Amino acid sequence: MSGILNSSIGRKFAMALSALFLMIFLVMHVSINFTSVFSEELFNEMSHFMGTNPLVQGLMQPILIIGVIFHFVMGFILEAKNKSSRSIKYASNSASDNSTWVSRNMLLTGVVVLAFLGLHMYDFWVHEMTVKYVEGDMSGLIDPNNAESGFRYYEELREKFVSPVRVGIYVVAFVLLALHLLHGFNSAFQSIGANNKYVKSLNGFSKVYSIGIPALFIFIAVYHHFTH
Amino acid sequence: MMNLTLKIWRQKDANDKGKIVDYPISNISPDMSFLEMLDVLNQELIEKGEQPVAFDHDCREGICGTCSLYINGRAHGPETKITACQLHMRSFKDGDTIYIEPWRAKAFPVIKDLIVDRTSFDRIQQAGGFISVNTSGNTQDANAIPIEKENADKAFDAATCIGCGACVASCKNSSAMLFVSAKVSQFALLPQGQVEATDRVLNMVKQMDDEGFGNCTNTGACEVECPKGISLENIARMNREYLAASFKG
Repeated sequence: MSGILNSSIGRKFAMALSALFLMIFLVMHVSINFTSVFSEELFNEMSHFMGTNPLVQGLMQPILIIGVIFHFVMGFILEAKNKSSRSIKYASNSASDNSTWVSRNMLLTGVVVLAFLGLHMYDFWVHEMTVKYVEGDMSGLIDPNNAESGFRYYEELREKFVSPVRVGIYVVAFVLLALHLLHGFNSAFQSIGANNKYVKSLNGFSKVYSIGIPALFIFIAVYHHFTH
Repeated sequence: MMNLTLKIWRQKDANDKGKIVDYPISNISPDMSFLEMLDVLNQELIEKGEQPVAFDHDCREGICGTCSLYINGRAHGPETKITACQLHMRSFKDGDTIYIEPWRAKAFPVIKDLIVDRTSFDRIQQAGGFISVNTSGNTQDANAIPIEKENADKAFDAATCIGCGACVASCKNSSAMLFVSAKVSQFALLPQGQVEATDRVLNMVKQMDDEGFGNCTNTGACEVECPKGISLENIARMNREYLAASFKG
């Protein structure tokens, strides 16, 4: 048990667990974001709850950050080991005859998603942390001295999607996330040892999830861009 | 009859840098096997006083797992579920250029030309790919132990792995997971193998890691290129066996 993370299977298992955790998080994230399409008030209420609840802020948020960092760091560690396992490349290699592009390019799609996360954190998380924990404003109001001014979250979200460049970056990033998930979803189950008739029936769901979740994120960004 | 251009990896020994050398070859019958075509080439090289191309072969009927050629970018060539010795020249066209390379993996160093050292597989087998049978004379007859048909079939399918190394050669990470998982599964599915199951999977995976094979990223290339069609289900089974064994102890 002690040396499990030193083994190839143990590392893949840990990688898969962090992936499954992040996939669950994506469902929660998109569900909250999607409320902004049909209810400004509900989006504001949910955002304020997530942004001020001690359990979410003090426990879930750190676990999420650790999960994200772990997933990326472990991904790079595994990739470095894999690269070193073949020092001379083939002069002729028809990899497309036996495997999909997405399965062979998880590092590429993952790095794009990582770069996007940097922008995303700058856009929303850094600003939130500054307002709440540096400036000490936990009110969530547009004007902290005026209770009638209303919550700021919806307006801030809309403001971010005014720029067509930013929306374009979001669209590209989520397309790459979809490609990452198209292989990652099933791969995670295989890595935890689940490959039987029940898991195979998940294949259809995995495609719906892998395309559907990023598509919803894209829809939300495009919707706010064109309705602002 | 076909005229072909062969691009073959030539390497004097393990220390040589090696390079691809072009060999035009004529009058090749489509009915020849791929290895017979190499025999013809080697005969020509010998008659010219040149070193023949060294390549592994033994049974030439797809059983022994000795032949190990990466042909036009694929392990054992363009057809599926066959070994290089079962490949025939009818799979190619007149005028084709054919790349012939050795398996590429740090754990399979080249010995000469197209021959690689696959003793890393032997060491993995020695680490646990067996059962310890009491041969004192009171051993229970294996046929007297009832085994579910589904498990017996899966164990048999796993046991058809011939250890050729095509899985390693095809995997972008040079992972040996399909080979090791087949060897683990063929025992894990049978009562005779379950006695030593915990030690077996831990020891075989440790040896696999020590040999320098890469990690499995579930691309599925190994399953596609395996001449015996060993299923990815075996990898999932080994993952379960390994994780259970690790948590147990």
